[in-house]
Amino acid sequence: MNRITKTLCISVTALLAPAVLADTFVFTAIPDQDERRLTERFGKIADYLEQQLGVDVQYIPVKSYSAAVSAFRSDQVQMAWFGGLTGVQARQLVPGSQAIAQGVEDTAFTSYFIAHESTGLAPADALTDALRGKSFTFGSKGSTSGRLMPEFYLREQFGEAPETLFNRVGFSGDHSRTIALVESGAYDVGAVNYAVWDAGVEAGDIDTDAVQVIWETPAYPDYQWTIRGDADARFGDGFTQRVQQALLDMTDPDLLTAFPRSGFIPATNADYAPIEATAVTIGIMDAQ
Amino acid sequence: MTTRPLPRGTGAMRRTTGLFILLALLCLPWADIAVHTLAPGRELGRLAQGLLWPQWPTTRTLADAIASTLAFAFQGVALGAIAGFGLALLYRRRAVRWLAASLRAVHELFWALLFIQLFGLSALAGVLAIAVPYAGIFAKVYGELLEETDPAPRQALPANAGRLSSLMFTTLPQAWPNLAAYTRYRLECGIRSSAVLGFIGLPTLGYHLESLLRQGFYAEAAPFFYALLILIATQHRWCRGWMIPAMLLAALWWLPPVAPVNGALIWQFLTHDIVPAPLRSGMDALPWFMDLWQGQLWPGLINTLVLAMLSLVVMGLLGVMLFPTVSRLFGNRWTRGLSHGVLVILRSLPEYLLAFIALILLGPSMLPAIIALGLHNGAIIAHLIGQYSNTLVLRDDAARGLNRYFFEVLPRQFRLFLAFSLYRFETVIRETAILGMLGIPTLGFFIDSAFAEFRFDRAVMLLVASAVLNIAVDSFARRIRQRLHLQHKVQVC
Repeated sequence: MNRITKTLCISVTALLAPAVLADTFVFTAIPDQDERRLTERFGKIADYLEQQLGVDVQYIPVKSYSAAVSAFRSDQVQMAWFGGLTGVQARQLVPGSQAIAQGVEDTAFTSYFIAHESTGLAPADALTDALRGKSFTFGSKGSTSGRLMPEFYLREQFGEAPETLFNRVGFSGDHSRTIALVESGAYDVGAVNYAVWDAGVEAGDIDTDAVQVIWETPAYPDYQWTIRGDADARFGDGFTQRVQQALLDMTDPDLLTAFPRSGFIPATNADYAPIEATAVTIGIMDAQ
Repeated sequence: MTTRPLPRGTGAMRRTTGLFILLALLCLPWADIAVHTLAPGRELGRLAQGLLWPQWPTTRTLADAIASTLAFAFQGVALGAIAGFGLALLYRRRAVRWLAASLRAVHELFWALLFIQLFGLSALAGVLAIAVPYAGIFAKVYGELLEETDPAPRQALPANAGRLSSLMFTTLPQAWPNLAAYTRYRLECGIRSSAVLGFIGLPTLGYHLESLLRQGFYAEAAPFFYALLILIATQHRWCRGWMIPAMLLAALWWLPPVAPVNGALIWQFLTHDIVPAPLRSGMDALPWFMDLWQGQLWPGLINTLVLAMLSLVVMGLLGVMLFPTVSRLFGNRWTRGLSHGVLVILRSLPEYLLAFIALILLGPSMLPAIIALGLHNGAIIAHLIGQYSNTLVLRDDAARGLNRYFFEVLPRQFRLFLAFSLYRFETVIRETAILGMLGIPTLGFFIDSAFAEFRFDRAVMLLVASAVLNIAVDSFARRIRQRLHLQHKVQVC
């Protein structure tokens, strides 16, 4: 299939067609940005993987972080581009599944805390008491860079839950929305994925007079490609390895800048142990 | 000349109304009603502009979304009606009544979240999400309709006539017109429910509405918005006779209700995932439960009640204020036509969608939810009372204007108003819980969090709490209706 027909095939009804399940390798991704960006980004990836693997490959969009994990769990997709936390959740729900590749940037990912200009908050080396009583928005409830790590550092700094620290805590749903909400002043402060922010600033989509970065978290591991453990049984011996190789071999800047990542490197489940520990610490995951 | 005497018991009605208003006022200090966007007017302007100058999607996208919306609605309602009829035949049994009450006490969206865990994001999950709660509703309404049939023909049957013959030849023929009319009406509700399921990822009109509205693409969202409005507003015109079975067959062809059924997954969900975590690991369950109670159950319950009380009173106020605008006793043809149009729009659109739009405009607080619930339900009440008021016959020299409203019409309609409002109480509570999924910290907020954290044990606990709250409110409202001798029944979704 050429690119145009492929893009047209990214239909939301596709997920419900039983035929999809037969011999097509289907993947999804957490919807961390505007839908248009996701379609652009992953439509190209599907084309690339199809070329490299010699099987039909399809990308299916989902509505929420948890829907991506659910689709992975019920085998409607065999691979996904997960965040740190969703990846840990998914691999816990589907025993045998493994992280196979992460972005070069994902070994040391960070979150930005961003603030509306009306708050008077200025960039600083640490979170200060000036944050108290402000309104604050996370991204998705299941986001690593938009919820898990920011909440962890808030609790570490202030020793209390965000709900008592701020006068209002919201969950915007994705990073694009978090930026829009803080930019418009609907929330005073927000936490956002640094890569989405930097790409937005570079593209001129963000009014940096209205909203600016006030703090950056320490580094942590984030996004990764996770594949189901039964992929080899279904698509042939060595399939998982071929998928991994295809991802690592991705060098076309056109494909990579859409993420945005400079390239992919191997990853393992163990790389994400710190994420799991953090999730247990802030109480959004039960200790296993 | 037929002026009806004022009904008895007006004192009790006044006291009940006063009590509800007082309760709502007491809720006010706990309610979070503030506007948090800096320029809601500008956003509203952009929305209006988008609605006036819609940008059309590809025909394929729009047609797909409409077809899927109808397919989920028809299959869900059909399956719900069949199951509900089966339950209705046994409706005299207490266990069946309880089962039906619990099925309908959980909102379609919550059922959908559960079924998506079992069957993935599949056609089957969507169909069941509508069918299961609707079966509970059908069981109740069908049960009552069957009970209300005249027993005389049944008693005239020979003694050895079987139960099936009795049902087929005496009960069913009598109840049939009402059963059919109600089922047709439920289809309208089904279309609304189906559209709302799109908000969590099923490919209906709501899917596109959610994405586009959230990103502020109002012009692109407008066609989907109009499609939903037209489907619901015209439903009673095209959805009749042979069209219904034809549509159902088409629905089965378009979206076969199948799913990748994974027995092991379902078994694990039922025997492991929903078992409270401390029981699984053999730890003490009390701290776990207390944590859940203090952090989620209690605040969720309080916020649900606060929001519901305020919405109920706003609904009542709007209902009382708006009904004259569609009544033949007031205004002229033009004002009535205009009001009718506005009320049809408000009651056609699901509360969930209205709240979603209001949240975008006003920012996150209880205010958008109160506005959405008040407008939608107030429009329903105003429409119903307006209809009934047309049957009033006033003296030729009856007062006009405000005097007519306050001293002639409102007192005569007040009993009806109270009956309808109490009927809406349960619906308002149900919808209030679900609005939590939009970020208002009612029970739905915590249920959504539990699903996002894949902690199904907590999710089920919270779902049970919301179901118990619904059942309690329903029986409370029924008790008041009985005390006030309010007999008027109304079944609206």
